[in-house]
Amino acid sequence: MNLKELPALVRVFAYLSLLTVGGGMAAFPELKVLTVDVHHWLTFPQLIHLYSVGQMAPGPNMMMIVAIGERVAGVAGAAAVLVAFFLPTAVLAYFVGRLWVRLARWPWRASIQRGLAPVSVGLVLAGCLTIARGALTGWVTVATAAAVFVLLLRTRLNPALLVLCGALVGLAALGGK
Amino acid sequence: MAGPDGALVPRAVSLGEIFRTFLLIGATSFGGGVVAYLRASLVGKHAWLDDTEFVELLSISQTLPGLNATNMAILVGDRLRGWRGAAAAIVGVCLPGALLMFVVGVLYGEHGDRPHVDAMLRGVAAAAVGLILATTVQLGRKSLSHAADLVFVALTAVVVDLLKWSVPAALGAVGALAILWYRPKRSVEGPRP
Repeated sequence: MNLKELPALVRVFAYLSLLTVGGGMAAFPELKVLTVDVHHWLTFPQLIHLYSVGQMAPGPNMMMIVAIGERVAGVAGAAAVLVAFFLPTAVLAYFVGRLWVRLARWPWRASIQRGLAPVSVGLVLAGCLTIARGALTGWVTVATAAAVFVLLLRTRLNPALLVLCGALVGLAALGGK
Repeated sequence: MAGPDGALVPRAVSLGEIFRTFLLIGATSFGGGVVAYLRASLVGKHAWLDDTEFVELLSISQTLPGLNATNMAILVGDRLRGWRGAAAAIVGVCLPGALLMFVVGVLYGEHGDRPHVDAMLRGVAAAAVGLILATTVQLGRKSLSHAADLVFVALTAVVVDLLKWSVPAALGAVGALAILWYRPKRSVEGPRP
């Protein structure tokens, strides 16, 4: 437990929160750089593990940041990260949300929404590539990812259930070493 | 207290009701599709919004930084009961997942390096990549309609992933380009704000 890291945790996660355009995944490349390469709070495989487990949790899908805060500075770290990550965008959504409704007839409003849509998909895609490079390490993991991808696009299975099945595949096929 | 636009003054909803509703969404929305849970509860069960308002608030949520679930909590909470409603909604929707991931963090710290746990988590990570890619494709199908969109998607992914640009730089460059591409069509009175 390291309370001296609290200011750095707050800085990093307040910054990351502002990058989540289109979804939490958009912040993943910089989440990796800042938590793994710059501050050494955890390793890349550890980050991927926590992020993946977080996909099974209910609610906003970036709650895994709480586990990073806990890891670095216990309860205080978890609370600091939670506030740093959710307060800035909450305040922004509150004020800009009110303004945005009033700007309903401003022609550029539609242009901004329309223009940012593909950019946010691109940001999320870049996040996917970052995590895929770390998580897909052999044919078993590639096949698992491909199977989940196809099943989710073709069926209405609950994604959390499929991610949980990944644990069984891992235990059966990756446990030998 | 409704929004300053006065667009909607729903029946009085108590702060406790807002908190409990979002707490339930935060505790049950397994599988990442939190938008579907929000719609079922806010539009379906409680009728606090109609479908048009829901889509309108969702489009604002998606344009702003922040997660859909928390931005929707702020916007809907604000509509129902001003800033207190917004605070009740976001705390409710975050609380269950935050507690759960805190426990996960503690357990991972204690048992994360056991070989069996490591093997399971590598399988979970592989499955999560499939899930995240599928979510991205679904997001793309919903919001992309023009050939130019694919160029902007690819350009953004390339500058962030290969050229290692920061997200603000990518937003500033590719975002500005895309907004200009979709600039308002010149009408009789011109694109005056």
